[in-house]
Amino acid sequence: MSDFIVLFLAVLLALLIKPFAEKHAQAIWSGISSIHFVQRNGVVLSAYLIFSVLAWAIFMIILPQLYMVDFSFRHNLPFNEVGGPGDTWTLDNYQYLLFGREGDTEAMNWLHLKVFFKTILVSALVTLFDLAICYPIAYYMGQVAVGGKARLMFLCLLIPFWVNEILRAFAFRILFGTSGVINSVLIGTGVIDEGIDFLRADVGLYAGLSYAYILLMIFPLYNAIESLDHNQVEAARDLGSPWWRIHLRVVVPHAKPGIASGSTMVFMLTAGALAAPQILGGPSSLWFTQIIYDWFFTGLNWPQGSAYAFVLLATCIVFVMTIMRIFNVRFGEIAK
Amino acid sequence: MNSKNVMRLMVGFYIVLFFGYLFGPLIMMGAAAFNESPFPQVSPWEGFTMKWFGQLAQDEQMIEGITNSLVIGVGVVSLSVPISLAAAIMIGQIYERVRPYYYVIVVSPVLTPGVILGISTLVFWDRLGVLAEAEYESIFYDGMFLTIVGQSTFISAYCMLVFMARLQRFDRTQEEAALDLGATHVQVFWKILVPFLRPAIFSAAVLAFLTSFENYNTTVFTIQAESTLTTVLAGKVRMGTQPDLSALAVIIITITLIGAVTYEIVRRREMAREEAAREEAMRADQQIDKTITAKPLAASA
Repeated sequence: MSDFIVLFLAVLLALLIKPFAEKHAQAIWSGISSIHFVQRNGVVLSAYLIFSVLAWAIFMIILPQLYMVDFSFRHNLPFNEVGGPGDTWTLDNYQYLLFGREGDTEAMNWLHLKVFFKTILVSALVTLFDLAICYPIAYYMGQVAVGGKARLMFLCLLIPFWVNEILRAFAFRILFGTSGVINSVLIGTGVIDEGIDFLRADVGLYAGLSYAYILLMIFPLYNAIESLDHNQVEAARDLGSPWWRIHLRVVVPHAKPGIASGSTMVFMLTAGALAAPQILGGPSSLWFTQIIYDWFFTGLNWPQGSAYAFVLLATCIVFVMTIMRIFNVRFGEIAK
Repeated sequence: MNSKNVMRLMVGFYIVLFFGYLFGPLIMMGAAAFNESPFPQVSPWEGFTMKWFGQLAQDEQMIEGITNSLVIGVGVVSLSVPISLAAAIMIGQIYERVRPYYYVIVVSPVLTPGVILGISTLVFWDRLGVLAEAEYESIFYDGMFLTIVGQSTFISAYCMLVFMARLQRFDRTQEEAALDLGATHVQVFWKILVPFLRPAIFSAAVLAFLTSFENYNTTVFTIQAESTLTTVLAGKVRMGTQPDLSALAVIIITITLIGAVTYEIVRRREMAREEAAREEAMRADQQIDKTITAKPLAASA
């Protein structure tokens, strides 16, 4: 029924507009083509540019995010009650993350909060670890290695980067499983007598997470360090600076945008990782994204899941802003 | 001198260690694909076999997942390449004062966790579907469509960065020259800008396809009843472990290797050609300069 009304109104509107449009076609046309942007690109191209960018920015980036936030403030209603009198805004979903359901034995929802803080803490540690092990390699590739050697190393780095995230996690399962390579080696050499359950102890997960996004740390670092003029390092050395001070005073300040960019990417991807925790997490351990996933597909409570997702997003935004403040870089330098 | 050698040895050792960390797990996984053992493991080695590859070819679920992934990949390329091209061109033309805000908006998907992009796409189209009172079979709930849209959200941003890097080196005077000589705007676009951007279009398309093909975080939320290669894989890996997964990994790594090397070679050749063209142009320039400066001299003599 409503479809019919909409169609009817559309036809009516078109009929009303038609004489007006015909009468003023010339004026409208010249109005459009006198805009500077249209003059510069021509009508067809302008339409393509504006349409694509608006479609992307509004319907794929802004509105979905807003809808997700809006949804996180709503009740979990059955399909036929959406838009009804019960469809009001509520803080319940956020309250649940903090305090749990009313009548729970504990005052706070520690089950979920612990997972949340663990996710953030471990992501930050993984980021630091990746930064520490990538810096020497990036420095070597950017400043020490020359020509073909650096290019070969670069190519070698690209290959694991394109191997599927899930297969990378699977590889760690083969390494760390109870009958995995590491256990066999340890037993074989007599270090231990019985296999250690690395997966239950989360060792596999942490190793897998550090491995998964390591290349997003090394590429920005390499790009930043590579652009440093090696003469600056030489000059510092000639003036008697020890190697650690050269790095602290010359290389690191120059590589700031790269460090910021790499750290942001690694943190964001680690905190938002889903495959690695699903595959490498022990039976009792959880990652925050797994709880979100469960709200959507096991708990069938989408508003609750949206609320958790928004908390994760807000955390990532805070992290990006903190990094920008610490390293004193602009947004454009991070997202390169 | 001796301490320098020790230093070099340590650096070499570190590099070997690093690449060992990078490739070790992949090599172990690859080796497991050829082990006779019914579990994906390297030790104990129970003999060489190729049977896991055969088993893989009969896995219908996997085949369906791969087919869907290919379709989605093509969809993402055809959606995100035009969008990102437009977005990159826009960035040079937008008002100076609006530019930083515009940039933050279009780059933000790169810095947003994939799960959140998936969730927001799913929720948004679900809400739209409710508003439009759409049928359950309609496009609003279609896993393939949602996945293409969801993935394109951030893949467009990646591609835009590729185009921006290329556009920075674009000489606008070429465009103006063509317009002065009477070309239309559309002609300028197709005959000057697009040929100039062709390597970037190629790069962006490859990047978009590969990123789409291996995406899991966004896809797992938007795909719903359908399946892609990554969701099938994740399901299998979580359920239990069979060596045919290692076999698949070997295939994927091989394809990746060939793809990466070819892409690298093509890119290098392109760069070398460009370099040669630039040198040629410079030499021609100098030649012209010489003749211009030589002529008056000859005339006066």
